[in-house]
Amino acid sequence: MNIVARFGIRRKSFSLQAHFTVPASGVTGIFGASGSGKTTLLRAMAGLDRHSDGYLKVGQALWQDKALFVPAHQRDIGYVFQEPSLFTHLTVRENLDYARTRNPQRPSFDSLSPLIGLMGIAPLLTRHPATLSGGEQQRVAICRALATGPGMLLMDEPLASLDYDRQQDILPYLEALHAQLDIPILYVSHVVDEIARLCDHLIVLDNGQVSASGPVQELFTRLDLPLSQGALAETVIEAVVDSHDQQYALTHVEFSGGMLTVTRCQVDVGQAVRVRIAAKDVSLTLEHQTNTSILNIFPATVVQVVPTTEPLLTVQLTAGDELLLAHVTRKSADALGLRPGRSVYVQAKSVALLA
Amino acid sequence: MFSDADLAAFAITLKLALIATVVLLVFGTPLAWWLARTRWRYKFVVEALIALPLVLPPTVLGFYLLIALGPQGPLGKIALATGGRPLAFTFTGLVIGSVIYSLPFVIQPLQNAFTSIGRRPLEVAATLRAAPMDRFFSVAIPLARPGFLTATVLGFAHTIGEFGVVLMIGGNIPGETQVLSIAIYDHVESLDYVHAHWLAASLLIFSLALLMLVYACNRRFRLLLP
Repeated sequence: MNIVARFGIRRKSFSLQAHFTVPASGVTGIFGASGSGKTTLLRAMAGLDRHSDGYLKVGQALWQDKALFVPAHQRDIGYVFQEPSLFTHLTVRENLDYARTRNPQRPSFDSLSPLIGLMGIAPLLTRHPATLSGGEQQRVAICRALATGPGMLLMDEPLASLDYDRQQDILPYLEALHAQLDIPILYVSHVVDEIARLCDHLIVLDNGQVSASGPVQELFTRLDLPLSQGALAETVIEAVVDSHDQQYALTHVEFSGGMLTVTRCQVDVGQAVRVRIAAKDVSLTLEHQTNTSILNIFPATVVQVVPTTEPLLTVQLTAGDELLLAHVTRKSADALGLRPGRSVYVQAKSVALLA
Repeated sequence: MFSDADLAAFAITLKLALIATVVLLVFGTPLAWWLARTRWRYKFVVEALIALPLVLPPTVLGFYLLIALGPQGPLGKIALATGGRPLAFTFTGLVIGSVIYSLPFVIQPLQNAFTSIGRRPLEVAATLRAAPMDRFFSVAIPLARPGFLTATVLGFAHTIGEFGVVLMIGGNIPGETQVLSIAIYDHVESLDYVHAHWLAASLLIFSLALLMLVYACNRRFRLLLP
């Protein structure tokens, strides 16, 4: 099952030529700078805007073609806008009911309880939207979008209108959604961190063109993409929980290149997890250091070294089957003689577990 | 205090204002909705036509209506052809005149209210599987509620206060087309200031109370005034 989309949109100052196929499962990120056409693309996919040159097929359902345009209200989607956009004339519960009563399955309100619990909005049901914080409103909006029982969820930078603390409040709910929902999610964002935490698959938009599309781990380490360029560049690695260390409150996870230690988590042994290593937190040594506070040390081989912004270089390494990035100064790179094929030890100052 | 003719004028005025307001809301709502949403380039023509009664002397409007409603006029001919009588100097004629005269007072607050909702709530409703009519009734109308209150009260109060149009097309038939404003005029003409006072004061207090109700209920009133 795939989502196949092809849109050609021309406006006075902007053109979008997007053609991509992504799996109709998991979370697909649509990443790009502002003005790259992310929202335009998502709105076109939702049927909110009609463009004559478009094709969209989600699984078996054809929504747009030369002769066909299924309007938004007949598409099997949920849509979360950048601003919460709750109906101000209705309470939280009535907002949810608005969606629920239009769900073709006609579920009872009680059947929404797991979703309401997941989003943590049970105490808010009798409130009016104006009395809620931005984060609370957005959680209600997500719950409302899902209450119609959609076959696909589209989210347009749902965190962008919130301040940093509210974003951190809401991210765990989105991660829970990722884990519990079995419908595909398209998630628009320009924030690398959100993409790393939430997405399995990624479409990179650059100036209205799809510059890359593929699994997140792969695209994050590709040096020709903007994702690896910025100060926030990072690597996402697939791993399996190996053991928990109760005494030191740590968890050991194993990946194809060795063992990693992260903060104690509640995930069962044997479960797959994702960990994230920021490029700026990686240092490289030629020998295995022993007298160090750094717990995560593993061997790796240099694949490429490319300049980033002076005085830094980006080093792409391979450890087991995984690629990862390191930011080092040009001086260090010269001192260590970093060049393709060089064997080094990676020291990762912090490794964070993603849900 | 009030003569029988005065009481009849009260009843006719209220009935006229009530019917005209209902007609205006029923036909004005879709028109205002269309004006708020359309991107038609000649929309300004329609807007200007609707605003015309704001600037036109009521006698001009009344004069043309009198001709249109009379036996030789298009509306009068339709009335005759369908077995009725010419509409000039009838209550039905008064309703038609009042609807046209009060049109901007109903359309403009509604149009402003619909415009101020913006597209977003309707887009949200569309993504929640609400069809266009469903969106109109479940989102647009409730969110435009302040505009409806303003439109209703202004349409009603303005119809009660009209004089020129009524005089031209309704004449002054007590018990049939004589409304309050004309009854007051009659009393003044015949130097019956006592009755004129009673009627004028009643209208003054009534109008003031109505407007105070709107201002109290609706803080956005000023924004929605034409």
